[in-house]
Amino acid sequence: METLFGITGKDFVITAYDSKAVASITLMKTGEDKSRDLNAHSLMLFSGEPGDGVHFAEYIERNIKLNGIRHGIEMSPKAVASFARRELADSLRSRKPYSVNLLIAGFDVKTNKPELYWMDHLASSAEIPFGVHGYGAYYCLSLLDRYHREDITEEEGIKLLQKCITELRSRLILNMPDFVVKIVNKDGIRVVQI
Amino acid sequence: MVEYAMEAISHASTALGILAKDGLVIAAEKKVASKLLDETKSGEKIYIIHDNMICGVAGITSDANILINYVQTAAQQFLYTFNEDMPCEQLVQKLCDLKQGYTQYGGLRPFGVSFIYGGWDEHHGFQLYHSDPSGNYSGWKATCIGANTASAQGILRQEYKEDGMTLQEAKNLAIKVLSKTMDTTSLGSDKLEFATLELVNGKVERRIFNQAEIEALLKENNLFNKTEEAK
Repeated sequence: METLFGITGKDFVITAYDSKAVASITLMKTGEDKSRDLNAHSLMLFSGEPGDGVHFAEYIERNIKLNGIRHGIEMSPKAVASFARRELADSLRSRKPYSVNLLIAGFDVKTNKPELYWMDHLASSAEIPFGVHGYGAYYCLSLLDRYHREDITEEEGIKLLQKCITELRSRLILNMPDFVVKIVNKDGIRVVQI
Repeated sequence: MVEYAMEAISHASTALGILAKDGLVIAAEKKVASKLLDETKSGEKIYIIHDNMICGVAGITSDANILINYVQTAAQQFLYTFNEDMPCEQLVQKLCDLKQGYTQYGGLRPFGVSFIYGGWDEHHGFQLYHSDPSGNYSGWKATCIGANTASAQGILRQEYKEDGMTLQEAKNLAIKVLSKTMDTTSLGSDKLEFATLELVNGKVERRIFNQAEIEALLKENNLFNKTEEAK
């Protein structure tokens, strides 16, 4: 039901999430924020058990901000993703694990490379060129497979994302309202209207 | 208590570090107390903390072992959590936090060791740090701990090139300083420990010199023949 997107390009990562808050078959709210900016060049998208996502994402966000303040060094997306994976893996083996799926997008300012990490609620993590969480994955991964290239520009990336969203709207029985799009590149994170 | 520990270190055998543009050197003097004393198989003065970091020790070796074990574990824990090497200064700070703790709480004595740390990380490149038993640490271009620090640092101050040295120059300077400040007249490979860090194809390469390599280095600096004559 919830859908998260991540698409890497030449020097950026585009992310998108549907802004619905759903309980069972009822739409409770639109305009739900399913992302958190972890530092200047990393952000996290989450879906899954409502509440768990926000709780976990803010826990990670604050730990990463604390780390930045303490040591004056911005953590790389890889370090951020590894840390989040470790926390999720530890939680998985506790009495009450977090039930969240994540996409972590970032731009590594040291290597000048965009990075996207896909992580599920069992804390298996992989670095990927593009990824989708939720039912949307069944419809969009084939599209992304066909049209994604390593060196796409931002406009091409947004077009590809729009193609995916159009497909969702025509195929998925659920009503797919607005998507919130965030792009991370060397200059940081920004919200984009599509 | 800390003052006593510092005093004890100023009598311990010397260790020094020099930062170069393309690497760094850590060198140390081993005091040979008796000619019956055999070499331990592992080094006594220079230790590996992590893939990207080495350190030189002056003070009580048994205390140093505890601290090195602690900081090696910390570096691995960081790698385990973040899948990246721990930044050098964070490692130094971690160790110093432990040292500081022993200066504050009653009933325990502080660790009687000073360290010279040499490391490389992607944030600040090559770095050289010094820490004392109180848990203070500071960054240096070239520094020295143990006996004869005053005269060693004098030579370092004079000969260190502000605009940066090459690793080779740093190695030569390290040998020169040790040859001038060591109490013994003869400088042999059995009395020295020597290690370098440099970048090879963008990766850190550690080199802990063995006896033959140290002898070669002494020969390069025309110090080896002298020692042979002295014998």
